[in-house]
Amino acid sequence: MVPAWLTQLLQALHLSIGPELSLVLWGIILFTGIAILGQAAVIFMVLMERKVLAWLTQRKGPNRVGPWGLLQTLADGVKLLFKEDIMTTGQDKLLFTIAPAIFFLPVFVLYALIPFTDKLLAIPLPTGALFVFALSSISVVGIVLAGWASNNKYSLLGGMRSAAQAISYEIPLVLSVLAVVLYTGTMNIQEILTAQNAPFWKWFGIWLTPVSFLIFLISSIAEVNRIPFDLPEAESELVSGYNTEYTGMKFALFFLAEYAALFAMSALTVIFFFGGYYSPIGGTLCHTFGWDRAFESAVNLPGLGQLMQQFEMITWGLLKTYIFIFIAMWLRGTLPRLKPDQLMGFSWKFLIPLSLINIFMVALERQWQDTNEVVYGYLWAFVLVFGIGGFCWTMSRFFTRKLQARFQS
Amino acid sequence: MYLGWFPLIFLLIVFAASMPFVLMALAQVVQIKSPTVLKYTAYESGMTPFGDARIQFDVKFYLYALLFILFDIETVFLFPWAMAFGKLGLFGLVEMFLFIGILLLGLVYAWRKGALRWQ
Repeated sequence: MVPAWLTQLLQALHLSIGPELSLVLWGIILFTGIAILGQAAVIFMVLMERKVLAWLTQRKGPNRVGPWGLLQTLADGVKLLFKEDIMTTGQDKLLFTIAPAIFFLPVFVLYALIPFTDKLLAIPLPTGALFVFALSSISVVGIVLAGWASNNKYSLLGGMRSAAQAISYEIPLVLSVLAVVLYTGTMNIQEILTAQNAPFWKWFGIWLTPVSFLIFLISSIAEVNRIPFDLPEAESELVSGYNTEYTGMKFALFFLAEYAALFAMSALTVIFFFGGYYSPIGGTLCHTFGWDRAFESAVNLPGLGQLMQQFEMITWGLLKTYIFIFIAMWLRGTLPRLKPDQLMGFSWKFLIPLSLINIFMVALERQWQDTNEVVYGYLWAFVLVFGIGGFCWTMSRFFTRKLQARFQS
Repeated sequence: MYLGWFPLIFLLIVFAASMPFVLMALAQVVQIKSPTVLKYTAYESGMTPFGDARIQFDVKFYLYALLFILFDIETVFLFPWAMAFGKLGLFGLVEMFLFIGILLLGLVYAWRKGALRWQ
């Protein structure tokens, strides 16, 4: 559990602190790293969201604090720290205080399970693909508690809506990842990524199951409560939803955790469906073209090529993750909000049956892929026809019914 | 006792749980309080709050919760199957298709009965 380099470092420093204490030390190092990196990612994302939304509505966005508005988020954070912490009468003080912490906690631990390169991964858990969803589903408890403890009708409604939404969209989310687990036969995130170490048309989101990628994308946006699924904090009807009564640092924690969850979900989309930290031609570019060896021999520094590869992996991973974060922001600037009945119906009547059918298809594909290449090709065509055909059929049914209802009324 | 990676995860959870409280305590120290009576009443679009905020909510939420438990357990059952799929072969395929089929039938039943209708 404690990495080899840390034990070697401790031995080199002649510090013998025993396995338990060195584990605690490693925990503290990890915690600090995640706290700094996670905060940096969130600070950048908040500014990016404001800039992207501004461009989508032909505004300039924040441009006063620092060059290009870069320090805007930091200024906001300092402002929120100094704001008065208001607790209204009739609130459940204990629950009101621990709700932001419960909302914040799982996202934080989630960062430790996300691999940034093939070596830079804090916890390579053998059941990682299941554990990340177990963690991310805890945060809804924080929202419900916040809604209940606030002693505010808007908050309670927001909290209940959030619970209903989170449980509805969690099933398609996990089922779409099940297709990937079924195909690779492992729940280890690192091994799922190794299976995608190939040119980009062989990434799971493009080649194996584009259907489950779309299901995952839709349900992950619903899971992090963003437009068009942001009913828990629909500002035109519920003021600000579950965090109406929150001020100051507690509100900042909710805000922070929401963006951190968006980052984690985008990173998971990339990991499961878009090859994670691998370049679009598989492996890393600098290794494939021999740049790392050339550079290493030119500068005569052993280990430099390895370092170059690691940096390239981090760059690819972050680049893809931020593309998906950008897609979420783009959706926010473009789409209107759904109604609650549309929201629940879309998950239970469309996404869940579709993801179950998708698992049928992936299981059939997996069953016959090794024995017969020809059958495999036919099955893939079958999956495509059924996937797209089923999608079109359901959508046409959905819309004709709506049109009929409109004509009748 | 084999704990694997979970001691580390537990440690991280403990640290991560302490961090919000540290931040909140810091905010308590640096902030300036100026209490008024109206500031400490619940926000209700500017009007004086009436009645209890903890209102009753629709029974539909419970129906969805029940359905969720059913399908969540199904998902948890499906993961070991997906892991062992290579070893089980055709038997595992047919068996799980039956399992999923029965659950799909259950979903169709709930749908027909109107359990998924949200008013």
